[in-house]
Amino acid sequence: MTDDRTDRERELRAELDDAPTIPVDEFRTRSRRSFLTGAAGLGAAYLGWQWLQDRPDVAGIPKPLRDTLEFNEDVWRTVSESRSAPEHPISKATPIQVNGRIGIRNEIDLADWTVRVEGPDGDVLDELDISTFEALPQRDMVIEHKCIEGWSSIVHWGGTRFSDFHARYADQVGDVPYVSLETPDGLYYVGWDMPSIMHPQTMLALRQGTEPLDQDHGAPLRLATPNKYGIKCLKRIGVIRYARKRPADYWAERSYDWYAGL
Amino acid sequence: MSIDTNAPASDTETTDSAPDEPIARLVHPRAIRWLHWINFPLLFIMIWSGLRIYWAEDVYAFGIGSWQWFAFFPDAVYETLELDRRLARGMAFHFAFGWLFVINGAIYAIYLLATREWRHILPDRHAAREAKDVVLHDLHLRTTAPPQGKYNAAQRISYTVVLVMAFVIVLSGFAIYKPTQLYPLPLLFGGYQGARLVHFAMTIGLLLFFVVHLLQVARSGWGNFRSMITGYVIERRPPSVAADPAVPANDDTSSDSVEVSA
Repeated sequence: MTDDRTDRERELRAELDDAPTIPVDEFRTRSRRSFLTGAAGLGAAYLGWQWLQDRPDVAGIPKPLRDTLEFNEDVWRTVSESRSAPEHPISKATPIQVNGRIGIRNEIDLADWTVRVEGPDGDVLDELDISTFEALPQRDMVIEHKCIEGWSSIVHWGGTRFSDFHARYADQVGDVPYVSLETPDGLYYVGWDMPSIMHPQTMLALRQGTEPLDQDHGAPLRLATPNKYGIKCLKRIGVIRYARKRPADYWAERSYDWYAGL
Repeated sequence: MSIDTNAPASDTETTDSAPDEPIARLVHPRAIRWLHWINFPLLFIMIWSGLRIYWAEDVYAFGIGSWQWFAFFPDAVYETLELDRRLARGMAFHFAFGWLFVINGAIYAIYLLATREWRHILPDRHAAREAKDVVLHDLHLRTTAPPQGKYNAAQRISYTVVLVMAFVIVLSGFAIYKPTQLYPLPLLFGGYQGARLVHFAMTIGLLLFFVVHLLQVARSGWGNFRSMITGYVIERRPPSVAADPAVPANDDTSSDSVEVSA
C-alpha cells in the first residue's frame, strides 16, 4: 500500500474521528430506545394514514385534503393572483382538440341562442344575443390552454374580456364575490371567484383564430383563459349569474379543486 | 458499497478474539435519521399520487420515431397499483403531501448547511477516480476498496445527484403547479410541457436510485442498516488511532468495521 493511500485514509478517517463515541453498553440501551421509537413512528404513520382515509368525504375526497386544497387556494391568491401568462405569436397557434362534450352534446340553432344574465338575488338583468358581445371591445390572445389531464396547446382565441362585459353591470350588482356560468341545458356549470374572472386574460371567446367557434368548441360563446385549467372554461354559455356564495362547480363536485388556478 | 473487510458487523461477535476495545461511533445524527425516515413515506406518497396524475396523459415512451420500445406505463402497472382513473384524488394527495415533502427537504438542506454535514456528501477532488474503484470493487473486479470517510466516493456522487434531482423535481413541480403565478419558472425547463417531462424523468430517476439503494443496503448488512435507526456503528480499532491521528496509522486500518454505506 502506498503512502499516498495512507495519507488519504488518515485524512478521511479524521473526518469521522470528530464524531462522538459511546461505550458498547450504552449503545445497546440507546439502540433499544431507537428501535422502539422507530416502531412507534411506524405505528403512528400507519394510524395517521388510516385516519386520513377514514375522514368523511367532502365532494369526493377526504375532508383534510379538501381543506388543504382550500388552504392552497388562499396561499396562491395571496402570493401572486394578478400575474399574467405569457402570450405567443399567432404563428405558434394550433387547433385545439375537443375533450369534453358535457352540456353541449346536442347541436343548437345558433340563431336562437341567447345568454341570460342574472343578479345575485336571482333577478334577470338581461337576455342577450351574440350582437352584444360582438359590440364589446374585441381582442385576440394566443395562449397556452392547459387541460387538467396534463396536455396543453397554444390556442388563438378572439373575443372580449369578461371585465369589459362586466362593466355593463358593475353598478347594478355592486361588490359580488363570485360568478357562476352554465350551459343552456344546465348540465355543465362552473364557479369563478371575481378576481379570477376579472383578470385581463379571462375572455368571453367568440372565435378560434379568425373563425367563429364551432359547436364542439362552445359556439357561440365560451370562456377562455391560460390561468385556470380547461375544466373552468365553460363552452356554450347559457347563463351568467352573479353570486354572493361560492357557486357549485361540476368538477369540484367530482373530487377536483374548486379554484383550479394555474 | 462497503469496506466489509475482516471485522464483523455484529458487536456480539467481536468480544472474544478482538484485541481492541469495541466502541460505538455516531455516524448518523438524530436529525438526519428523522429526516431520512420521514422522507421515505412522503416521497412514496408523492410518487404514487403523481403517477395517478400522469395516468391521465401518459405520453412518455422510449423509442425512435413511431417505434416504441417501452411506453410508460403498461396497463398492468396501472391496474396493479390502482393508478388508473384517479386523477382528482391523485391531485388532492399530491398538493397536500407536497408541502410536507418540501418542508422536510428544506429542513434537511438547512441542516446540511448549518452543521457542515454536506462535507461528508459532496464529492471531493478524488471522487471520480475513487468512485470507479468502488464500482469495480463492488463488482468483484478489484480486491481493495479505496479509502473512504463517512461515505465512499460512489455514494457521495450518487447522494449528491439525488439531492440535485430532489431539488429539480420540486422546482419543476412548482412550474407545472402554478405556471402563471410562478412565471417565468417554467422557462427554466423549456416551458410547461418541458417541466412536465423533467418532473417525470426525475421521478423515474429517484425510483431507480431507490432500487440501487435497497440493493446496497441489503449487501452492506445489518450493522449498516441499524446505523440509520440507532445512529451508531460498532467499530474496533487501536485506540491510539482514534485518540491521536498524528500517530502513523498502521497500514492496515482495515480492522475498522466502518461499514457506513448505501
